[in-house]
Amino acid sequence: MSLLQHSATDLLSLLQSGDVTSQQVVQAYSDRAATVEDQVHAILQPTWESALERAEEIDRRRSAGELLGSLAGLPVAVKDILCTDDFPTTCGSKILETFRPPYNATVIEKLRAADAILVGKTNLDEFAMGSSTENSAFGPTHNPWDLTRVPGGSSGGSAASVSADLAPLAIGTDTGGSIRQPAAFCGVTGLKPTYGRVSRYGLVAFASSLDQAGPFARSAQDTALLLDAISGHDARDSTSANRPPTSAFAEVEQPLESLRVGVIREQLGEGVDDEIRVAVEASLQAFQQMGASLIDVQLPHARYAVATYYIVAPCEASGNLARYDGAHYGLRVESPELGSMYSASRARGLGEEVKRRIMLGTFALSSGYNSRYYLKSLQVRRLIRNDYDQAFENVDLLLGPTTPTTAFRIGEKSDDPLSMYLGDLFTVGTNLAGISGLSIPCGFSAAGLPIGLHLQGPAFSETTLLRAAHMYQSVTDWHARRPPL
Amino acid sequence: MSDADIVLVIGLEVHVQLQTASKLFCGCSTKFGQPPNTQTCPVCLGLPGALPVLNKEAFRLGAIAGLALNCKISPIMKWDRKNYFYPDLPKGYQISQFDLPLAYEGYLETLPEGGEPKTIRIIRAHLEEDAGKSMHDEAAGTSDSRIDLNRTGTPLLEIVSEPDLRSSQEARAYLDELKLLMTYLAVSDCNMQEGSLRVDANVNLHIPGPDGVIATPIVEIKNLNSFRAVERAIDYEAARQIDEWEDRGLRLGEAPKRTFGWDDQKERTVEQRQKEESSDYRYFPDPDLVPVTVTTQFVEQLQQGLGELPAALRARLQSQYDLDAYGANVLVNQGSSLVAYFEKLAAVSGNARRASNWVQQDVLRVLNETKTNIEGFPVAASQMGELLRLVENGKLNTSRAKDVFEEMFQAKLSLGDAMKSLGIEEVSQDALVDLCRELLNANPKVVADVSGGKQQAVGALIGQAKKRNPNADPGSVRKILLELIQQMG
Ligand SMILES: [Zn+2]
Repeated sequence: MSLLQHSATDLLSLLQSGDVTSQQVVQAYSDRAATVEDQVHAILQPTWESALERAEEIDRRRSAGELLGSLAGLPVAVKDILCTDDFPTTCGSKILETFRPPYNATVIEKLRAADAILVGKTNLDEFAMGSSTENSAFGPTHNPWDLTRVPGGSSGGSAASVSADLAPLAIGTDTGGSIRQPAAFCGVTGLKPTYGRVSRYGLVAFASSLDQAGPFARSAQDTALLLDAISGHDARDSTSANRPPTSAFAEVEQPLESLRVGVIREQLGEGVDDEIRVAVEASLQAFQQMGASLIDVQLPHARYAVATYYIVAPCEASGNLARYDGAHYGLRVESPELGSMYSASRARGLGEEVKRRIMLGTFALSSGYNSRYYLKSLQVRRLIRNDYDQAFENVDLLLGPTTPTTAFRIGEKSDDPLSMYLGDLFTVGTNLAGISGLSIPCGFSAAGLPIGLHLQGPAFSETTLLRAAHMYQSVTDWHARRPPL
Repeated sequence: MSDADIVLVIGLEVHVQLQTASKLFCGCSTKFGQPPNTQTCPVCLGLPGALPVLNKEAFRLGAIAGLALNCKISPIMKWDRKNYFYPDLPKGYQISQFDLPLAYEGYLETLPEGGEPKTIRIIRAHLEEDAGKSMHDEAAGTSDSRIDLNRTGTPLLEIVSEPDLRSSQEARAYLDELKLLMTYLAVSDCNMQEGSLRVDANVNLHIPGPDGVIATPIVEIKNLNSFRAVERAIDYEAARQIDEWEDRGLRLGEAPKRTFGWDDQKERTVEQRQKEESSDYRYFPDPDLVPVTVTTQFVEQLQQGLGELPAALRARLQSQYDLDAYGANVLVNQGSSLVAYFEKLAAVSGNARRASNWVQQDVLRVLNETKTNIEGFPVAASQMGELLRLVENGKLNTSRAKDVFEEMFQAKLSLGDAMKSLGIEEVSQDALVDLCRELLNANPKVVADVSGGKQQAVGALIGQAKKRNPNADPGSVRKILLELIQQMG
């Protein structure tokens, strides 16, 4: 059995028992990358060389009997929007092509402390703005299940890395679905933790009140393993929740008794692919068979979520991205005059979608429009949050499809940003409410494309979501299927 | 209508740098004058992914200042982003407070020189981070600019007054009192040379007319690098605006607000280039800093810790030590250390008025001449107090005491050593009586004159006594001489 077929949890036991070395594991993934990465293009900056050195060091420390971290010797791919002091951090943008941060994101520091091995910085939509990874300035990532299709986005590179066996674990970020939607498209498990669960320090901001880093893996159990390593309070992030790291891995195998599952009926009606509806309904039945009760739930303001999101996120982005002006770092287009240096640098350095969102946000915040758009969106955001609060009074979690469609073709929606935005319909509410959401594979379309099941829970309910997902993955094998690559 | 009917209307915006060791949202030092870009980190450089964390000491100092300005303190601490592009603003926005300033609706009692005390209302005082410094590298002969981000993120408190000021003197009095208050509370060192206190003035005219008062367009004056410059710029601008009103007759609202800079060399205000686009700062709440509740308990604690503020101190010095308003003012305006020196001096010497006079005349003169402050003054209040006691008890006359003071200061000597060095020792009563007897025996004519009613004749002998013994106190000598003559008579 190839090392690549093991789950991260299994690899960890093999490493601990001495049956395999970390060098063997990293080498196996590196060899795999050498054969498939040309077709997938999941990784912007591979780091196999330093990864092998790290692996050797960890093997040495292990044989010396040293106490090692919780991810010791496991390869992890990280979205190229988390700052690393030893590799460039481009955010998929020309304007940061040469940028090398002088510091590490807290998530990176935690991975290092857990003795994980960074194997690459993965591709993404520029500054995490997009749902297909086509907005990367460095070329799109291809869906491992069908190379003519997108892997989803913005964390498409991380999702494809796990899907195509380039790494057993990966880190993405989710601002409106950017972990869950690519997890669904690529047939892997992806978790958006509760806002504040994982430190944002060193996560290059897109929309600060929505951004959250989270894990990708092949199973709920592996996802729990990675979440435990990266979560916890961080004094450098004022929005970080004052809570200890999760201990989901220890609890994930415990089944949930008398689980109350909320079903959002609106999400199983019009606008959703039939194949997806059927797959999700089958999943509901599976939960019912495991003893869960199904309860219909209303989220009356959910239909305003996309509109609200596309005000809040661009407003924050317009401020967050003002710093990319050519003055201090990154790309600069020289010009005799300050104003033209700014505009030329930004015009050349930033991509179309990023410019579109900066303009949307700048407009929505400008004097005279502020109350009509930005302030209004904050009010609706509050209503959306209230909907969830009310729903969670009666249910433990919500189930529905992660996306209304399966992975679309590369180029299919490039000229239609609005239809691209509508693909976020089921995921943006989670971010607006600041709660937790998980996508797990729950079937395949006739064309062989993965379908994602969306689990949403109250704030800080990650362990519950992962336990529910593990229950499901114990009786199904959708998550175990591999692309024919 | 004459110029005398025109009312000058002034509002001041003052930025004071809070005296914290580190910046507002990161741990970098705020020390002044370090090599460029040596006090920076990912946070104040605005690097991608870096996040601000509030320096609580800055918030505490801001709240203290707000309370001292009689302001209400906002029950919620909230931060907003003020968006604009400039190379010394690395994030492309400044973290400030927009709709919920830390402190609001206060006032400051001022004492314009030669005028009546006047209350100036404070609209608001809010916290914000400073920008960096742009320097144009003229020497290199290019158009290159250099940016120093050491200042970036330094905590500032912006204090905005109502337009309650009516003259440059009133503006000066407001600034003097504000500076005094901030330094008393150790909120800021208010050092204008180092940029710890910066002033912008908004100036316009109210012109009485047959249909009521007409307001003229407001001009903002910047680049005011000293209080003196503030006064001169306001006076200049008042005259310029009167001329402009007479020429053009523009009213408020008929012309946009203009910005003028003060040129200290040419002693005139110069209109600054207007920003091409109107300044829409697109304020919105900073999502990196969650709003935090400010408890009444916290505010009450600060209120109790404020201690005696200058206005109360002036009043107490007047009632407790029987000082006049002018004297109390002079002492208080020198700062709390000088007041403490005075109070000790008054206690040791047993005569507050004398202590006040000596501090105002001698101590302050010496401090001025040597450009030093009371903290580094070599004559301890206890020693100085002993000196004044000698004067009080008639053991030393005032002019001799001044010699001793001078010696104590110049040679940094204790009271005893200074007296020894000047050869001053106390002359016993017996020795003085002996000396006087000798002089009277040698000068029968003086005895006769005095006995005959010409008391002033005794003066000649006092002079002789001083020659024979410089330590002899003229007052005592006179008294003994007269007594002896009476006995002889
Ligand atoms: Zn700093």
